[in-house]
Parts: sequence; structure tokens; C-alpha cells
Amino acid sequence: MTPELWGIVWLSLKVGGVAVLGCLPVAFALAWLLARGRFPGKLLLDGLVHLPLVVPPVVTGWLLLLAFAPAGPIGSWLESWFGVSVLFRWTGAAIASAVMALPLMVRAMRLSIEAVDRRLEQAAATLGAGRWRVFASVTLPLSLPGVLAGAVLGFARALGEFGATITFVSSVPGETQTLPLAIYAALQMPDGEAQVLRLAGISVLLSLAALLASELIARRAGRGLHVL
Amino acid sequence: MSFDVDIIGRVGDTEIRCRIEPIDGLTVLFGPSGSGKTSVLNMIAGLIDPSHGHIRVAGETLFDEDWDPWNYGSVPAPKRRAGYVFQEPRLFPHLRVRANLLYGRREGAGLDVDETIALLGIAHLLDRWPRTLSGGEARRVAIGRALLSDPRFLLLDEPLSSLDRARREEIMTLIERLRDEVKLPILMVTHDRGEAERLGTRIVEI
Repeated sequence: MTPELWGIVWLSLKVGGVAVLGCLPVAFALAWLLARGRFPGKLLLDGLVHLPLVVPPVVTGWLLLLAFAPAGPIGSWLESWFGVSVLFRWTGAAIASAVMALPLMVRAMRLSIEAVDRRLEQAAATLGAGRWRVFASVTLPLSLPGVLAGAVLGFARALGEFGATITFVSSVPGETQTLPLAIYAALQMPDGEAQVLRLAGISVLLSLAALLASELIARRAGRGLHVL
Repeated sequence: MSFDVDIIGRVGDTEIRCRIEPIDGLTVLFGPSGSGKTSVLNMIAGLIDPSHGHIRVAGETLFDEDWDPWNYGSVPAPKRRAGYVFQEPRLFPHLRVRANLLYGRREGAGLDVDETIALLGIAHLLDRWPRTLSGGEARRVAIGRALLSDPRFLLLDEPLSSLDRARREEIMTLIERLRDEVKLPILMVTHDRGEAERLGTRIVEI
């Protein structure tokens, strides 16, 4: 592996990792709301969360660009408060990946929260546990496997993110050029085939590892938790 | 002082009416399945609220329809300190037996941990996971968990079902002890006439 190749892999892992870690609390809160909440507009929220799954990624990237542009609602706020911009930066790539991974993460987490036996939470309440303790000591541990599986799935999705990223933050080598973008760039080169082969191989291996990890976590959970 | 309950509630399509006059000792709720016995226990434990009436246990009001609903119309379940033994054990599957037993433990509680564990014959189960327990073992752990939370009163939903004869006898003796020595108000649901007559200070049909 050349330093250049390492750089690309490292950047991809960094972008994917930051995207998933940043997305995790948001995804969990949304999953919780959708699983347990009763409020008007729930269907609409559900639809909005799933939008990145069905809208063309280019459109998602373009919308992000509008929002984070210096004149955009979020971009101008970031600029005036923190003096930063995420355009053409790896942080922007992480945001694009997070948005694209969000629906998958919410789905997995929502299912696992819905699968928690409410009767156990009732039992905890009669034993004196208030809401937060019930959540921390019963609901969260019992839904944790789904949360982890969702995070790994989101990470795999983030590693493969292409359309929204290239539209939003372009393909800047060393800054926003993650594995898929690097593969695309290499494909444009007259003698890039060897590079494409290497990058594609790494990409497949990483995704496969993430998927296997997600599957293992889910299976382990299935075996471990039998509710009487 | 014991259970003073007069409630009307609705669960699904069934209307539930229950009236229990305050008498010391153990009250048995007796009736056919589907008559809402478990729902009455759930209302007294604070898991669901009745629509009308009042619930008082050992002199403390837990629910009263005359209370302003915006001003804590009902004491929340965690504060009621009900020792509730559900029909199913409802042990926490991610905690070992020991952690299950101590989940609701309060400092300075009336019952001694070791004594309770010995009484229920579950000392050898402490390091096991709930999924490895038999039905009878899980039930005894569930009873222990409720007792160790230092309850002000006990709600027992068919505590003797799925136990073998010997264990049944032991648990009945334990319940009698709690009734006569610890003097906990106990409300128990059962199908079994014999159990009801042996343990109940009085029997309320529903």
C-alpha cells in the first residue's frame, strides 16, 4: 500500500466514523420518537427521515449545498458564529455521509426499541425506578444490539457514499476524496485501472467487514435475550 | 389498615368494577379469567389509572378521582412502593439473578437479603441468567425481587401457579408469614378455591 492509498483509506474511515458518531444521538432520538412517541405529524417525520433513502443522492447533495453555502441558512450561521465553512472540507463529506446513513440507522434502532418488552419497563417502575432509570437500566441495554447494528450499517453506508458527497463538497484529493470518489477519479485517468482495482478491492473488504460485524451483533443479541 | 379500593375502570372493551373494604391481612381477589383481576392489580400498582373512584393502601391515598388531574391526580408507579409479583416472572433478561433481586433494593429495607434468599431457596441461582431458570425458579426470584424492594404492600398475581407441590407449600408458608409477622397488606389473585380459603383473611369475588 502506498502512502497515497493509505491516505484515502484513512480519510474514508475518518469521514465514516465521524459521520456515524455524530449521527448516533440524533438517530437514536428520532428512532425513540418514532417508536414510542404519539404526536401529530409523526408520519411526516417518518417520511422526512427516510427521504435520503429514496431521493436521488445528487438532490440530497444539492440541498446540503444550498443549506451550507455561505449565504445558506446553516452556512451563514456557521460562518458568523464559528468562522468555519464545511464546503470542500472533510467535515462536509462527513455531514453528507451522516445524512445518507441516517435512515438506515433510524430503521435498525427503531425496530430494536419497538422490540423491547414494555412489561419489563412496568416491572422496573413498580420496583421504584423512575423514567430515566428505566430507560438507562432496561430500555437502553435491551435495545443496544439494534443500536450497534444500526451504527455499523450506517458506517458501511457512509463508506460507500458518493453522489451527495461529490455534489456537496466536490472531490478534493486528501480532503474530501473518499474511496468511492477516488475510484471515480481513477476511472477518469487513462492508466488508472490498477489503482481502481486496488481501491475497489479495499472498498469491498471494508464493506464486507462492516456488514459481517452488523450481522454478528444482531445474531448475538438474538441468542442472548430471551424474555420470559 | 389495608386496601381500601373502590374503582371503575375500562381496559379495552371491558368495564371493571371493584370494591375492597379495608380489612387487615390478606385479601384474595377471586373470579373467572377475563374478569379483570389483573387489571385491578395494575391499577393499584399505578400502571394504569381507573376512570373513577379511589385507591388507598395502608392509609395512603394513591389515586382519587377528586384530585385535580393537573396536580398529580395519581401517585406515579415508582413512588407507590408496590411489591408486585406479576403473573409472568418478568425478570430482566440482561441481568443475572443477583442483579435482578437487588434491582429495587432500598437501604434499610425491612427484609434481610440473605434471609429472603434462603427462605426462597434461590441461593444457588444467584449467578445464573434468567433464561436458564425453570418456571418455578424464575417465579421465586420474582417474589424475592418484589420483597427486597421494601414494599409497603404486596400484589400477587397467581403466585403459586407453575410451582410443584413442595414449592407451593413453602411459598404458601412464606405468604402466611408475611401476612402474620411482617404484617404487610397483601392482595392476591388466584383461581384456586383451596389457596384462597387457606390464605385469605377474606375473599372478594369479582
